[in-house]
Amino acid sequence: MSVRHKMLSWAATAAAVASLAAVAPAGAQDAVKIGLILPMTGGQASTGKQIENAIKLYMQQKGDTVAGKKIEVIVKDDGAVPDKTKTAAQELIVNDKVNFIAGFGVTPAALAAAPLATQAKIPEVVMAAGTSIITERSPYIVRTSFTLAQSANIIGDWAAKNGIKKVATLTSDYAPGNDALNFFKERFTAGGGEIVEEVKVPLQNPDFAPFLQRMKDAKPDALYVFVPAGQGGNFMKQYAERGLDKAGIKVIGPGDVTDDDLLNNMGDAVLGTVTAHLYSAAHPSAMNKDFVAAYKKAFGSRPGFMAVSGYDGIHLIYEALKKTNGDTNGDKLIEAMKGMKWESPRGPISIDPETRDIVQNIYIRKVEKVDGELYNVEFATFEAVKDSGKTKK
Amino acid sequence: MSAASDVGYHAQRHARWHYGEIAFWVIVLACGFLFPSRYLIMTDIVRLALFAMSLDLILGYAGIVSLGHAAFFGVGAYAAGLLSLHGIITEPVLALIAAGLAAMVLGFATSFLVIRGVDLTRLMVTLGIALLLEALAERFSNITGGTDGLQGIEMQPIFGTLAFDMFGKTGFFYSVAVLFLLFLLARRVVHSPFGLSLRAIKNNPLRAAAIGIPVNRRLIAIYTLAAFYAGIAGALFTQTTAIASLDVFSFERSADLMLVLVIGGTGYLYGGLIGAVVFRMLQELFSTITPQYWQFWIGLVLVVIVLLGRERLHRWVLFVPNLIIKQVAGRKAVIAVPESDA
Repeated sequence: MSVRHKMLSWAATAAAVASLAAVAPAGAQDAVKIGLILPMTGGQASTGKQIENAIKLYMQQKGDTVAGKKIEVIVKDDGAVPDKTKTAAQELIVNDKVNFIAGFGVTPAALAAAPLATQAKIPEVVMAAGTSIITERSPYIVRTSFTLAQSANIIGDWAAKNGIKKVATLTSDYAPGNDALNFFKERFTAGGGEIVEEVKVPLQNPDFAPFLQRMKDAKPDALYVFVPAGQGGNFMKQYAERGLDKAGIKVIGPGDVTDDDLLNNMGDAVLGTVTAHLYSAAHPSAMNKDFVAAYKKAFGSRPGFMAVSGYDGIHLIYEALKKTNGDTNGDKLIEAMKGMKWESPRGPISIDPETRDIVQNIYIRKVEKVDGELYNVEFATFEAVKDSGKTKK
Repeated sequence: MSAASDVGYHAQRHARWHYGEIAFWVIVLACGFLFPSRYLIMTDIVRLALFAMSLDLILGYAGIVSLGHAAFFGVGAYAAGLLSLHGIITEPVLALIAAGLAAMVLGFATSFLVIRGVDLTRLMVTLGIALLLEALAERFSNITGGTDGLQGIEMQPIFGTLAFDMFGKTGFFYSVAVLFLLFLLARRVVHSPFGLSLRAIKNNPLRAAAIGIPVNRRLIAIYTLAAFYAGIAGALFTQTTAIASLDVFSFERSADLMLVLVIGGTGYLYGGLIGAVVFRMLQELFSTITPQYWQFWIGLVLVVIVLLGRERLHRWVLFVPNLIIKQVAGRKAVIAVPESDA
């Protein structure tokens, strides 16, 4: 009774030492390592899953060797929590000696890793997060997803020109949501439109119902919505439950709300929703048809824009390595990535050599039924759209 | 031997430093030199250990259950972040103490709510306070950065000389130093007459009151102290990661803490430390093996631990060391974890 816990402390410490050693990574080989940090659990898990799937698919199709080097992908889960992202990134850089960090489901996560990319001088390939400022935070950041400004501007113009006068807005209260709101507002009001109601909803576990009632009472022509991909299904369900579809209030917005990943299960309330976005699974190109078919075959579901961003992200890494002949010097890789152009399932895209951000076509799409399934059908194209969030400065 | 001197004798023996304890701290320090590539995860463990020790102070010694300990952690984290971000106090150690004091003030204010109820009420009250603060932090996003978190915190060197490095070496030794100092303080507190009176309250508040222990005042004191500890843990978090986001208030953080103490045991200070080590290592191991489904395995292990009972696990873990001890020092030296404590 008198001498306590002595041995327990010993044993626990010994066990800890042993397991630390066990978890410690194996020595570096002659391989190119990509540290993929994604939300694999929690509310943004669908984003992580799509990107991981797309990367797996790409590596199956193109093989896992580039310029004589084997590509090795290490996946870490950050649950979309920025401090976990940071720890994961540090671990990957310091212990696994990765040559790239990639992924990043949400803006805070991408921002948290930015100083590390700068310090370690390795490329950070952002495959999901969509706030304009991200690429300005480090000269080593390259983005293959999109910025909210790209689609929000265009839907703002479109709405003003197509007989929509009064709009109520509902956006998630975090950096991309604010981008989506501000860029839309700017263009829409400049085009003569009026914002009648402005609501910001919390990002975590939002309940849209009370906000939707307010929207309904404000009687707008349309409802401008931005919620991160993954919350669209929930939003549409509550939108239909509150009878806004019957009240004739249509949904417009950047395409996150009608992400292909969930679109088909949203029900008919979503029909007629007009969004501006970078990718639709219904994009009519041969390359996209192959991509969708291969993705469906491998994973049994439709690829969304997150999957395409992941697919293009890994393509960019492959091509940059080809250009440097397998040299993994971060500065050389970034140089190689700048200005790169290629044909993606979403259409022609390139990396802006000045901002390292993506330049791509933005499509205006309407949700329609094709062969009994709901799809975003593209009906207008804006070519080679740059991120106006930066060009403005 | 009279009862009084008997109690005093035992209390004194407990308060004495044992070789095992010294060895524990030597090993902790040695880890810093043995695994130079693992500073980040080790720093994480140290922070969690400090946080768990804070909960142990109120749960293990005073019997106050809490599901909202993250409230203090979060206040400490945001306080440290804001102090540094706005350049109010840039020296990390001073900022650390200031952040701890901020959490302490909150702890003192909310302790009056906590002492009113019994277990279930306390769970709800503490949980509620944490949720409240989380919502406030989200609402006042112009101050806290909301969901995006406090970005752009740059830590100044400790005492103006030791700079935080990317590999987390400074951060680790800094955290260990803080943990050790606070551990010494906690050790002193729990072995003092004040600490003994807390144990009396935990065992039977009515009887404790009957023998003249001011129950409420003691509970307020220890709750406030625990809040200070949690605030320091939170501030360490911000200082070593240079980020503070809404997640610091999250329910998961408080719940994880309970799990840490379930693994490590309460009421002997080392429970939180050992639990933190085991919990994080399990997490790290599983999430390396399966980034998508690691939570399943963690859950499974926890269920097994609880079903088997910690006592039995301890016996198994101690089996081999005890065999050696028996050979060296004879039967009497064999270590057993007392059921009442674990």
